[in-house]
Amino acid sequence: MASYKDYMLFDKLPHTWCAGCGDGIVLQSIAAVFAEMGLDKHDICLVSGIGCFGRVDDYLDINCMHVTHGRALPAATGIALANPNLNVIVTMGDGDSVTIGGNHLIHCARRNINLTAIVANNYNYGQTGGQYSGTTPTHSITTTSPYGHIEKNFDICKLVEAAGATYVARATAYNPVQMRKLIRGGIEHKGFAIIECMVACPTHYGRYNKQGEAANMMKLMNEQSVPVERARNMTEEELEGKIITGLIVNKQRDDYYTDYKRIIDAQNIDA
Amino acid sequence: MGKITKKFIEGNDAVVDGAIAAGARFYAGYPISPSSEIAEGAARELPRHGGIYIQMEDEISSMAALLGASLAGKKSFTATSGPGFSLMQENLGLGIMSEIPTVIFDVQRSGPSTGAATKPAQADIMQARYGVHGDHSIIAISPSSVQDCYDLTITAFNLAEKYRTPVLFMADEVIGHLRETVTEVEPEPEQIFNRVQPDPNLTQEEFRPYGYSSYMPAPMPAVGNPKFLMRTTGSTHDEKGEFGPGPENINRVTHYLTDKIEKNVDDITITRSYKLDDAEIGFITFGCSVRSTKTAVDILRKKGIKAGMLQCVTIWPLPEKEIREVLSKVKTVVVPEMNLGQLAGEVRKFNDYGCKVLQANRTDGVLITPQQIIKALEEE
Repeated sequence: MASYKDYMLFDKLPHTWCAGCGDGIVLQSIAAVFAEMGLDKHDICLVSGIGCFGRVDDYLDINCMHVTHGRALPAATGIALANPNLNVIVTMGDGDSVTIGGNHLIHCARRNINLTAIVANNYNYGQTGGQYSGTTPTHSITTTSPYGHIEKNFDICKLVEAAGATYVARATAYNPVQMRKLIRGGIEHKGFAIIECMVACPTHYGRYNKQGEAANMMKLMNEQSVPVERARNMTEEELEGKIITGLIVNKQRDDYYTDYKRIIDAQNIDA
Repeated sequence: MGKITKKFIEGNDAVVDGAIAAGARFYAGYPISPSSEIAEGAARELPRHGGIYIQMEDEISSMAALLGASLAGKKSFTATSGPGFSLMQENLGLGIMSEIPTVIFDVQRSGPSTGAATKPAQADIMQARYGVHGDHSIIAISPSSVQDCYDLTITAFNLAEKYRTPVLFMADEVIGHLRETVTEVEPEPEQIFNRVQPDPNLTQEEFRPYGYSSYMPAPMPAVGNPKFLMRTTGSTHDEKGEFGPGPENINRVTHYLTDKIEKNVDDITITRSYKLDDAEIGFITFGCSVRSTKTAVDILRKKGIKAGMLQCVTIWPLPEKEIREVLSKVKTVVVPEMNLGQLAGEVRKFNDYGCKVLQANRTDGVLITPQQIIKALEEE
């Protein structure tokens, strides 16, 4: 059986991420799922954006397209439609996915493009020094909210569910077994799949918000986690500050290419 | 020769026919006047040829989708106008840096900002050249007829594929909406350039998707190729496409991205001359202004004035050799254009010959007239 190492560029290690960062756990989970599924690396194309997690392509030995900040999903849309046989994986941070690229996210979910989006949410912009993003919790301290953040943060899973996503899941870096299971489910799902992976940023977010070292942040993440099955019976007040984990949405709807192919088949004069 | 079809259509429609003839099978765009007929034509025609049309949420995502589709092996294109062209600059830069071919049709209108949305202008010329941040070079073509919209569209795709770069097609509202008879000759397979593929005997380890040792781009397999993995990035990269921000590498990539176009100027540039051989007065122009200038030349010739015209079909890279030839032979050069002198400034840079360089500009959203062009000459 293949190993996750078969899909990685080991000579590029050690990676660029800080000690205690959760991005490496997500990277290993992605490569492990490729191995588990026995995918031919020529049939995978990973599209990444900009930010700490945008660097994930540097360590993977597959087809990679590293694009501009926030634009990974539209670039991946082009790939997925031009070659529907590829497994298209999109890796983004919270900046890429719901802040600068938020509009692309909701439209990609609405169109049900057949790809798997993996979002590493660390509540802030790590690469540029810990500024606030669209997912930074209200009242948090960041380098650009030194007096406390006044904005309401996005709930990524709720946002994409409302936009029409057909597979929505969340896992934490505390639970890589679940993370792998949900990523695999996303790749196997036909249509737009998104897995939000909660990762700790001890260098910036954890330090400014006095969450302690990486291990403490992981523990906290686990304490805040509530399985989606249990969360369904909890009130909004009870869920305040909690992280709902598991497979939140899983439904079938023809993806964009399947629908468009019907038009091609009906209209094509070249075939 | 391939199948010949005669049609009476507008420039924007001829662009769609040219794109399909060139082998384009993917369009991503956002509607904007005066280019929308290209989107509508692409939506109608592409599925009929097994291709895909997608209307994106904006021009930023449209450019990104074009690059993704091209990387996956489909020739791609989009159409826009000023405000949309501004939004495309970000991922146009990505296409230049990642060396991904695609074609962007900018049907120019009056600006800046919303400007006069349905009125013509030729004022995006400098944005075409310098709109993307960082040093780079660019290929831009400007049509002056509906026939050009068909023929030069095929040329644009060929150049994009050959030089592995986005190519700009700088039309304008006049040409986009002009109806003329066009003879569409289906190109033969040898008239279509497709991106070079890697030598199948190479191993992945030996394959270099980016080469900086010559002025021609490296082979480009599509993602999904069963033998070669492809890696592209907007970051400065080494010959394998891997992140490489060292000083030496930054320097060679910067030079290469400019040189691969500027050192191939003779292969890339197209010009047309009209009655230039014995001319004492030379007009240098492009796009819709060509049509009024041609009439101005004829009127002057009837009056016994030896006038001629150089048409820059390629506006970037500039046909420097041909422009210098005009400047060195005539006494006066007039540059008619529907902006405040964007090409004229470039012509002056080459004027080492003491030639008088005059401007004939029109910026009120009405096509420049032959009379106005002649007046610019008389006023001097």
